[in-house]
Amino acid sequence: MNPIRVRHVLVLAFLVAYPWFATPFFTFQIGAQSLALGLIALSLTFLAGSGGMISLAQMTVAGLAGYMVAIFGTAATNGVTLGWPWWLAVLIAIAIAVVAAAFIGWLSVRTEGIYTIMITLAIGVAFYYLTLQNYAVFNGFQGEQEVFPPTLAGIYWRDSKPFYYLTLACALVGYLFVVYLLRTPFGIALQGIRDNARRMQALGFNVTAHRVAAYAVAGALAAVGGVLFTWYNGLVTPGSVGTGWLINILVIAVLGGMGHPIGAFLGAIVFVLLQNFAIDVINRERFNLVIGVVFLIIVLFSRDGLLGWWAALRARMSTQRGGSPWTAARKRLYAR
Amino acid sequence: MDSRKKTVVRALVVVAAVLAIVSGAAIAQAPPVKIGLLATLEGPFAAGGQDGMRGAELAVKQRNGVVAGRKIEIIKASSDAKPDVAVNATRKLVEQDKVDVMVGPLSGSEGIAVKEYSKTQPNITFINGSSGAQGATLQSPSPNFFRFNTDGGQWMVGVGKAALDKGYKRVMIIAEDYAFPYSQVQGFMTEYCKLGGKVPVKAWVPLGGKDYSSVIARIPKDVDALVVVLGGADAVNFLNQYEQAGGDKPMVGGSITVSQDILNYKGKRRDSLVGTIAGAPIADAYEAPEWKAFVADYKKNFPDGYPSPSLFALVYYLNMKATLDGLEAVKGDLSDGQKKYRDALTKLVLKSPVGDVKLDANRQAIGTTFVTEVVKDSQGNLYNKVLKKIDNVNQTLGVPPAEFKIGSRDEPNCP
Repeated sequence: MNPIRVRHVLVLAFLVAYPWFATPFFTFQIGAQSLALGLIALSLTFLAGSGGMISLAQMTVAGLAGYMVAIFGTAATNGVTLGWPWWLAVLIAIAIAVVAAAFIGWLSVRTEGIYTIMITLAIGVAFYYLTLQNYAVFNGFQGEQEVFPPTLAGIYWRDSKPFYYLTLACALVGYLFVVYLLRTPFGIALQGIRDNARRMQALGFNVTAHRVAAYAVAGALAAVGGVLFTWYNGLVTPGSVGTGWLINILVIAVLGGMGHPIGAFLGAIVFVLLQNFAIDVINRERFNLVIGVVFLIIVLFSRDGLLGWWAALRARMSTQRGGSPWTAARKRLYAR
Repeated sequence: MDSRKKTVVRALVVVAAVLAIVSGAAIAQAPPVKIGLLATLEGPFAAGGQDGMRGAELAVKQRNGVVAGRKIEIIKASSDAKPDVAVNATRKLVEQDKVDVMVGPLSGSEGIAVKEYSKTQPNITFINGSSGAQGATLQSPSPNFFRFNTDGGQWMVGVGKAALDKGYKRVMIIAEDYAFPYSQVQGFMTEYCKLGGKVPVKAWVPLGGKDYSSVIARIPKDVDALVVVLGGADAVNFLNQYEQAGGDKPMVGGSITVSQDILNYKGKRRDSLVGTIAGAPIADAYEAPEWKAFVADYKKNFPDGYPSPSLFALVYYLNMKATLDGLEAVKGDLSDGQKKYRDALTKLVLKSPVGDVKLDANRQAIGTTFVTEVVKDSQGNLYNKVLKKIDNVNQTLGVPPAEFKIGSRDEPNCP
């Protein structure tokens, strides 16, 4: 394992202490929302950064999990809600989402590059129209309303502080899991497949199985993020799985950088801050311009989003420090 | 830094400090009242949202930006007609920008979501923008959510009778498949069915649909008219395709169906639009002096606006005017969790360009609906003539509240 450095402790301490000095608005809308979105983006960062598969259907998987929580759990809606206990609903939702993600993977692993993007986009759009037009299960345009986390141990888990800690815990587990997974033989093999699939095949690795498994793992991350994001919004509608959100997840992942799992969360923070405060910077009718310009600047001037800047900064500041696979990988990536 | 420079700097600091204290004191005397304003500046209703903002700004301008001696500070936010975006924008205005009163949002499902959020902020007063879903005030209403505009069902009251008067005994419904058209259809059918009309077929089409051929094929021969509750581009697409299919049935329109862009429609069926009846909370050709003054004021303030204020401009105007009239009534007193202010709003009878508006027990408007008919003027232009003005339309459309069910695909029903 990587040695734990001072900055890791500092960041963790900051994250834990954050709600005690931030306002409820910053805790809930900025903090918790960034962490939930970051978790969904992490699934894409993992797939694309380590597996070389750019899937636009990650929000579809997340939204599916959200819908399933509403359908198996409780929601105020004219459609189906089975009213099962929350933990059962969440478990079933994540299981269904993982199966769906594996299925999406199985459909798309034989394709490469732009074709993967196209096929996952097609699946995402198909799911959007399914939710929009199906009334028996998905309740059409209205979607599922009032989908809230449970009250447990006397705490209502949608209050700003408890919900923040809930998302923080899930995000931390997801992050550490990905960091760990990439050092396991599976993770190494996956990165090998990313770099040269034919060679890995020749070495006896089952490329398709590895890729489908990667989709399933990413599906689990997206599902947890999706459940949290649905609880955060209190609802899930076709708009939550529309093309806008499919692309937003890609924007977050690219913005943060795909070289390291932390990029997903950095991207999410910048994205959420921009969404909330761009309107204060400029004429109200033109604020989307700021979002676009910041995105362009980051993508144009950095090889790998915000992580690229961080790496460039460190390369300039520090002397060569030996080390972890990450530093080595980053050195390779930014060497020039 | 030499000593002279130091002195200058010190003097400047002192002056700045004094100014800060003085201006601080001035602010302390009459702090501005902060009002959050949310409309859709993105997405499918961006044009409507912009005109809604104009309506709200007009209400502020009419008071010269001051209410009860306090300056009005408007903080705007935008959504894209999605409920989650609307709640995020509202939460920012309330929790981050600390507004005293919140005005918005624009569309139906946004309204329901913001109403739910308002329950978590009991010390802030929420006033609707132009959202017209029945559920926002009818289902688990929030004690601090007020709506000074009538909803989609109320807007169609009187149209059922007008249709029967025209001899339409059987009609087919063609409407988009979500809450707002449900309520519009309910507003029409409640009256129409009660008076003996029949609706053998209802076709629910997806929002933003392009192909209506399957719907047109389903139109039965024996219906007298089509009730078309489609908005904007959907309505134009439907008209074109119905014309190509050789259809000739007369139409009854929803509140946003027979808008100006439909009247400017250039197809061959244009003349067949003459005689189309519809219901709405607004009528361009309304003759009352209050309405004419409102239109003139709108045109003067917004030369870049529409030739006549849109439905969104009027409805945002109503809600913002109610917000300010309420503040005036309590002399700007928002203490005690805004209790006095809310009492004043509850009792308020809003003097509006289209007649008086008052609130029911759920803080929902009881107001005026216009039944209009498309006619041709001497230059050959089409416009909406006012057939009838109906005052005091309530949310349950005259049905006792206990028996009233919110409109859906199957409610009401009279095949």
